[in-house]
Amino acid sequence: MKRFAFPGMCLAVQMLTMSAALADGGAVSGAEPPPSSPRYHAADAPSSTPFVSLGGINPVMDQERYFHGIMNELEGRYAPGGTDFRWDGEAWYGSDYNKLWLKTEGTQERGRLHDGDHELLYSRAISPYFNLQGGVRVDLDDGPTRTWGALGVQGLALYEFEVQATAYVSDRGRFAAKLEGSYDFLLTNRLILQPQAEFNLYTRSDAARQVGAGLSDVDAGLRLRYELWRKFAPYVAVTYSGFLTQAHRIVRDQGGETGTLRFTLGIRSWF
Amino acid sequence: MMFSSSRLRDGLTRRRFVTGVGAGGLMAALPRSAQSAGVGAQAAGLIPAEPSALWNLSVGRTHIEIDHKALHAPCVEGTVPGPVLRWRQGETVAVNVTNTLAHEDTSIHWHGIRLPSGMDGVPGLSFTGIKPGETFTYRFRLHQSGTYWYHSHSGMQEAQGLYGAVVIDPIHPDPNACERDYVILLSEWTDVSPMDMISNLKMQDDYYVFRQRTAASFLREAREAGSAAAALKDRLAWSRMRMAATDISDVTGIIYTYLLNGHAPDGNWNGLFCPGERVRLRFINGSSMTFFDIRIPGLEMLVVQADGNDIEPVPVDEFRIGVAETYDVIVQPKEDRAYTIFAQSEDRTGFARGTLAPRASMVGPVPPMDPRPVRTMVDMGMGNMKPGESMKEMAMPAKNMSGGGMAAGDMADMPMPGMAMHHQHSAPPPLEVDDPGPPPINVENQNVAMMPVDRLGSPGDGLEQTGRRVLNYRQLRATRPGADPRPPSREIILHLTGNMERYIWGFNGRKFSESGPIRLKKGERVRFTLINDTMMEHPIHLHGLWSELENGQGAYRPYKHTLISQPGSRMSYLVTADVPGTWAYHCHLMLHMELGMFRTVIVE
Repeated sequence: MKRFAFPGMCLAVQMLTMSAALADGGAVSGAEPPPSSPRYHAADAPSSTPFVSLGGINPVMDQERYFHGIMNELEGRYAPGGTDFRWDGEAWYGSDYNKLWLKTEGTQERGRLHDGDHELLYSRAISPYFNLQGGVRVDLDDGPTRTWGALGVQGLALYEFEVQATAYVSDRGRFAAKLEGSYDFLLTNRLILQPQAEFNLYTRSDAARQVGAGLSDVDAGLRLRYELWRKFAPYVAVTYSGFLTQAHRIVRDQGGETGTLRFTLGIRSWF
Repeated sequence: MMFSSSRLRDGLTRRRFVTGVGAGGLMAALPRSAQSAGVGAQAAGLIPAEPSALWNLSVGRTHIEIDHKALHAPCVEGTVPGPVLRWRQGETVAVNVTNTLAHEDTSIHWHGIRLPSGMDGVPGLSFTGIKPGETFTYRFRLHQSGTYWYHSHSGMQEAQGLYGAVVIDPIHPDPNACERDYVILLSEWTDVSPMDMISNLKMQDDYYVFRQRTAASFLREAREAGSAAAALKDRLAWSRMRMAATDISDVTGIIYTYLLNGHAPDGNWNGLFCPGERVRLRFINGSSMTFFDIRIPGLEMLVVQADGNDIEPVPVDEFRIGVAETYDVIVQPKEDRAYTIFAQSEDRTGFARGTLAPRASMVGPVPPMDPRPVRTMVDMGMGNMKPGESMKEMAMPAKNMSGGGMAAGDMADMPMPGMAMHHQHSAPPPLEVDDPGPPPINVENQNVAMMPVDRLGSPGDGLEQTGRRVLNYRQLRATRPGADPRPPSREIILHLTGNMERYIWGFNGRKFSESGPIRLKKGERVRFTLINDTMMEHPIHLHGLWSELENGQGAYRPYKHTLISQPGSRMSYLVTADVPGTWAYHCHLMLHMELGMFRTVIVE
């Protein structure tokens, strides 16, 4: 999965495309209908007298369900002050249209787990490249636990940017948003450079979780991976994790690290 | 080493066969016992000495290792490919197929054979399949002659080895009889299960493609494009569409070993000839995902038959064979030396290879593979638009339209200069048109061919500028006029659609499970028009009924059972619905079929 914060414009275009695709209900889109357009009729249109297979044998398997998971980041981030350990992964099970989607990420810093964000979502395919996702997010780590409802989109934007944009509302009536994006530059067919970034925004500060109102934190990386085989790729990277605006002040006042650039080693793998 | 020789009843043909050194992988898989006429001491590519009207075939799993890839392959009589069946036109043949598999049903479909639908061998459509331990008797009368093949239509058995060749002798003297006659069955071999392939492709559509455009290849592209700016512009156009110009084959030589009569390239299948003899080669593409481009350096090939039906001979240097197609060619090697049958995969990630030689175990020189094809805007259905031009500029009519196609909806009631020659001038327009209109852009379809063009005159992507004479569909001319001179009374327009990113395939933006059957009336004469909105070739196969390609040859249009629809193209063919029943209609790329590019055609 590629990630990169991508201008909202692209997303807006995507949303428009999606709604257009949804609205047409399988009829016409794209090309202009001629003024004297004939009545469209597909010879293979869904029928009130459908084909009934002998013995209930389905001649093909276009309704299978699949199970996949990917650990995009599984890495050690090195710095003189200590080494962080971070993971970011997701897994899903389901059909072409409907999937159950699990996302999880977290950072272990000096024996303390923070930035733990775990989401269980229902994912619905809504356009060629985008899924609409809704469900629950739980911030579960060594800090206080928070629970959110989540609604977002995930997919492949123009120019093959991988994007995710999710909005959250908490049980305490607060709002938040997360934007993620990445892009794969193929240096060779196996050596791939991937810039990636994740931004978190909140409407209200939450000092206990080092969260500030507005743009609160960023976690970004420039990862160079080598796909030994498709499902297994070690990488070297430079990663940056930092707090911004109000959160920056909160963390500084707490005496924490407000932002660190680190040399990173990790493994990307999937099944 | 094996050797056998025989003489046909009619005395026309003499055949010899010798396998080369290193064919060990296949030797291990030769039949353990002769169980019926013709099966037994038979080696790959060799046609049985006599036709037989009765065959007993057993389907089971056999441990076979080829090119260090071991598989418990489902196959017929313990060999991959299965035995060559030889029949005679006009006879009623019986084939007893016994399923010795432990836990799976099986079936055999007789590809391209005209028969009652109950004998067609598609589980769910023609019958309920053959259960483990059971024997099913196929019985049908042969109305046709030529080169065909058979394969399983159950699950993924075909992709793992359950296929073989069929040769039907004509009643009348064969105009193409030769001193030597070999079947050349091309296929793939891998130890990766088709289910794993599908699962991997669902996760990552370019999982098997390691020939993509990269930073490292940019310099070369810039040189080819004339400037770095032009190369960059082309790349951006493709990435904007979220597609890859290097997407040629979904599954590649990364996992496939390409086989010729069951032999890996190193196994070097051998066919013998004496210099000056005419050699007939019956090419069958029995692979599940691979198109092959075939040539025999140093020899001109005379193409004399397509999909089992004789055509006016076409001399070529090379031809492309789509999955499930067959072509018979005649060569006449005059020199006392080895010639290489070279069949490179369309994406140039590998090749199948064999040798024609005057003596056993000779090795012909193997040519280098050609550069891999790169898709263009023509493949995207944008006619001859240059990369980077916007859709708006080209969607508007006037000059851009001439010579090309147009948005599909307009076609039915508007005369098109480019298309005129395919419709019979004298024929009244079809009474009824099933036009689905341009397909939707949705979860299951990522592209609409704005200007689908006639590509019958093109040999296919990657073959247009080789400097060699390459066969194209326009050159196929039947040796006798079609049996049904009626003009069509109905036209069925179908769009071939798909979403590579999600790896979903279908017609008209729908996969099989979301679509109804295509219903034809018995005796109805129908024109099928295919518009390919995807950027890949699709070999479309209609079971049970002939597909008569409208390629400008008038009454002498060729009869085919499988037709390649080229990317971004529009193509028509005529069908007479003369056999009742439920028939399968699908893309013969196995994974495309399984993931939705499949329909039932009901003749009632």
